[in-house]
Amino acid sequence: MLTLASLDLIRGGRRLFAPVSLTLAPGEAVVIAGPNGAGKTSLLRAVAGLLIPASGEIAFAGFDDPDRARAEALHLHGWNDGLKAARTAQAELAFWARWSGATDDHLTAAVDAFDLHPLLHAEVRRLSAGQRRRLALARLLLPPRPLWLLDEPLAPLDAAMRTRFGEVMARHLQGGGSVLAAAHDPLPVPHRTVTLQLAEEPA
Amino acid sequence: MRPLAALLQREIALAWGGGGGPLFACAFFLGVVMLLPLGAGADPAKLRAVAAGATFAGLALASILSLERIFERDYEDGALDLLALGAPPLEAVAAVKALAQWIATGAPLAVLSPVVAIMLGADIALAPLVFTTALLAGLAFAFTGGIGAAVTLGARRGGVLTAMVVLPLFTPPVIFGAGAVTALSQGLDWRTGLLFLAAYTLATAALAPFAMAAAIRNALS
Repeated sequence: MLTLASLDLIRGGRRLFAPVSLTLAPGEAVVIAGPNGAGKTSLLRAVAGLLIPASGEIAFAGFDDPDRARAEALHLHGWNDGLKAARTAQAELAFWARWSGATDDHLTAAVDAFDLHPLLHAEVRRLSAGQRRRLALARLLLPPRPLWLLDEPLAPLDAAMRTRFGEVMARHLQGGGSVLAAAHDPLPVPHRTVTLQLAEEPA
Repeated sequence: MRPLAALLQREIALAWGGGGGPLFACAFFLGVVMLLPLGAGADPAKLRAVAAGATFAGLALASILSLERIFERDYEDGALDLLALGAPPLEAVAAVKALAQWIATGAPLAVLSPVVAIMLGADIALAPLVFTTALLAGLAFAFTGGIGAAVTLGARRGGVLTAMVVLPLFTPPVIFGAGAVTALSQGLDWRTGLLFLAAYTLATAALAPFAMAAAIRNALS
């Protein structure tokens, strides 16, 4: 699904972590761990193509052009959710569904999966942090795509919603999808952990 | 095209939602132009002579007001990451955002422009040309303004910086637009000014998306 070979990131003149290599197979979940500032978010952004690595390779299985893979095969869920406070949950979901080419069936499935029916007509500003997170997570199903990049997906979710998100993630993995997550809490599905080592040498 | 059509709708809805931003631009336009007779005296002959110039200067200033909104909010809340990741190229995203700025803010200002010019004493017969040139100038303001907004993404006091960056790019439409209207009012050839304005507008619409996309990529990385 995804292969990182000696990936090296330099931000603001500082090497973030010792070069990382990892292979993410279909059906597999990998948690990237490491202390604050170790570069977990930057690693996800590099996989998404938003940061250019200093050296190393990022390859997506089945795609010669990584940018096409990024546009068609992955969902990025950042800590910054991109939801507009003045719009209703429904308007925001409908926009992102159209933006990424999801069908009405996908939209219905996403709303059901994260139990968003009661929230649809509320403005985003009226939602609690956890409700807002559910709305952002629902985009992972709009439309279903094989690779999820998740940045601290669990943080504001309550116990019931964590279980529920675990079920959604388990279905995603069973269907051959993969998850690459930066997280401090363990994911509610079986996963492998890769710990980022702080770089020894300066950039 | 479906994603870009969705984006255009969203941008226009966001511009008009939450307090009607374009109305502030219109009110500001009126306010700026009202300062002129207060400062220069209310002599009708004097005002009529500068009506076209004052209208275009006010239009340019009012067009600066909401530039920051084009990219800054999406940049701050992370939506720009997702837009950059999408299937349409970032150049198309930037062009659609500039186009939405023109539709949401440029068009209302263009409608207001003949009113402002006539208030300053311009002849009513000039109104169609004032509207046309203001509409064309507004498109150039949206695209060149988009460059300024993209280049200053993430900068502290980005709004002021944007204004400084875009003012030089705003001068050709003011010169050509006001020039065409003044020429018509004096019975001279006004087509040259209009053609130069159209040429500048088309050039910015063709080139600005690449500059905006490059600046956004730089800001995101």
